[in-house]
Amino acid sequence: MHQLTIAEIIRGLRDKQFSSVEITSHMLERIQQLDSQFNSFITVTGEQAIQQAAAADARLAQGDAPALCGVPIAHKDIFCTRGVRTSCGSKMLDNFVSPYDATVVENFLQAGAVSLGKTNMDEFAMGSSNESSFYGPVKNPWDVTRIPGGSSGGSAAAVAAQLVPGTTASDTGGSIRQPAAMTGTSGLKPTYGRVSRWGMIAFASSLDQGGPIARTAEDVALMLSVMAGPDNKDSTCLDRPVQDYTANLNDSIAGLKIGVPSEYFGEGLDSEVGARVQEALAAYEKLGAELVQISLPHSKLAVPAYYVIAPAEASANLSRFDGVRYGYRCENPADLRDLYMRSRGEGFGEEVKRRILVGSYALSAGYYDAYYNKAQQVRRLIKQDFVDAFQKVDVIMGPTAPNPAFKLGEKNADPVAMYLEDIYTIATNLAGLPGMSIPCGFAHGLPVGLQIIGNYLDEARMLNVAHQFQQASDWHQQIAPAAK
Amino acid sequence: MAVDAQTVEKLAELARIAISKETIEEVSSRLGDVLQLVDQLQAVNTDGVLPMAHPLDEVQVLRRDQVTEPNRREEFLALAPQTEAGLYLVPKVID
Repeated sequence: MHQLTIAEIIRGLRDKQFSSVEITSHMLERIQQLDSQFNSFITVTGEQAIQQAAAADARLAQGDAPALCGVPIAHKDIFCTRGVRTSCGSKMLDNFVSPYDATVVENFLQAGAVSLGKTNMDEFAMGSSNESSFYGPVKNPWDVTRIPGGSSGGSAAAVAAQLVPGTTASDTGGSIRQPAAMTGTSGLKPTYGRVSRWGMIAFASSLDQGGPIARTAEDVALMLSVMAGPDNKDSTCLDRPVQDYTANLNDSIAGLKIGVPSEYFGEGLDSEVGARVQEALAAYEKLGAELVQISLPHSKLAVPAYYVIAPAEASANLSRFDGVRYGYRCENPADLRDLYMRSRGEGFGEEVKRRILVGSYALSAGYYDAYYNKAQQVRRLIKQDFVDAFQKVDVIMGPTAPNPAFKLGEKNADPVAMYLEDIYTIATNLAGLPGMSIPCGFAHGLPVGLQIIGNYLDEARMLNVAHQFQQASDWHQQIAPAAK
Repeated sequence: MAVDAQTVEKLAELARIAISKETIEEVSSRLGDVLQLVDQLQAVNTDGVLPMAHPLDEVQVLRRDQVTEPNRREEFLALAPQTEAGLYLVPKVID
């Protein structure tokens, strides 16, 4: 049963091949048996999941079943879940039991989905390897000595290990797409504002975006149809109606114009990764698409701009963790200053502290114009590159990450090397564009992701483009050795 | 761009994050690496370019000025490390 996709589970439940309680119990058993190898879950909510599954079975029996009724999923631990620990991968929130559900979580509950628990992640979503979690690193099911990518590494690894068919995730600089690429799964970061951020613990508010990770583009479309939509509780959420993202999956892509940016195939790209991406582009040509060489001249500035803007926003967002109202508080504080300093010093991990300090530096008097303002100007130049490109092409394609999954610990001593793992994904966050990663082969025996970047609110076309590739290939059907 | 220990101490104070004396050198060095990376921005001509604070030129969604949330004071107070008489408790700040 664990090999079924979400689409297959929906059919199986409706055809009464199995019940939601049966598939939920099966997945919970797999988590119990296998997850000690991967550490992809922080919290497993077994009892609650069985209750939700039983309720879903009752609705299915009545013929009153919403879209994902009875389908097991899991949430990245960045999404608040009522009555369940929501840690965001941090010691700071180790004791935090949320009093409310994030809008995304509520949407899945309304759709009848069953939550198996909360997946592991880099602390406050800061990382590209899932090694900064307070709960320990997540291991890649393709090779447990390697990282699964970050920060949604737990979500991606849980899907790759077939512990759950789909998960929620979030992407501030590539945190859905990069782990999807490194674990051979499919993940989509929607247009900024397409999915509500209410109840998703904020890292960098103008960049953060929730989205799904699953095994196929079709499953991603099913999940996105549930996640997306306007939300009165999030004033940055787009007030536009939601499409049925599964409606156009089978449309022909003949005549599709694919932009191929020269900057995404230069220095720093592993040659085998580049070769797999070129092969995928050739496959698209066979499906009737046309490749168009384009240039994104400011793309090399995306990483430096991001490492001003994201830490600046993080330093403001994370000021709420002060040891007063919730979360970790140090022992016996001498005075209020000591309470703040030690609670934050002891509660945050090294990467989080580093980014807060960088953000404080960029925003401090004397440096604001040179760093923060400059980065926001460069951000507009990056966005304009995309606006110009989309005058000529329908989608843009390239590698998701420059390398396949690297060894655990390999880049810990060099944060800048780690930051460069997001070199192809960050620009879309700065521009607010949707991006997706789907499996397109293997390099050095490890999965490689093909990145599809779409125009604003063009998720339906991206999913159609991804689905057509998956109809013509079987990379997304390959099973990680540790999942067998 | 190098960051000296004094600057790190000042930033730590601004951010209200205790940094131990033993790690200050390492933190300085890593901050320097990050700032060296972001210094690439200085070479770009951005004359006349409007800063972009938000990725989409959208008007923020407004809602009616009505109270929609119930009072959940007790639930929120229950999350706090220390409370007393319905208030958050912190160390004494006035002598």
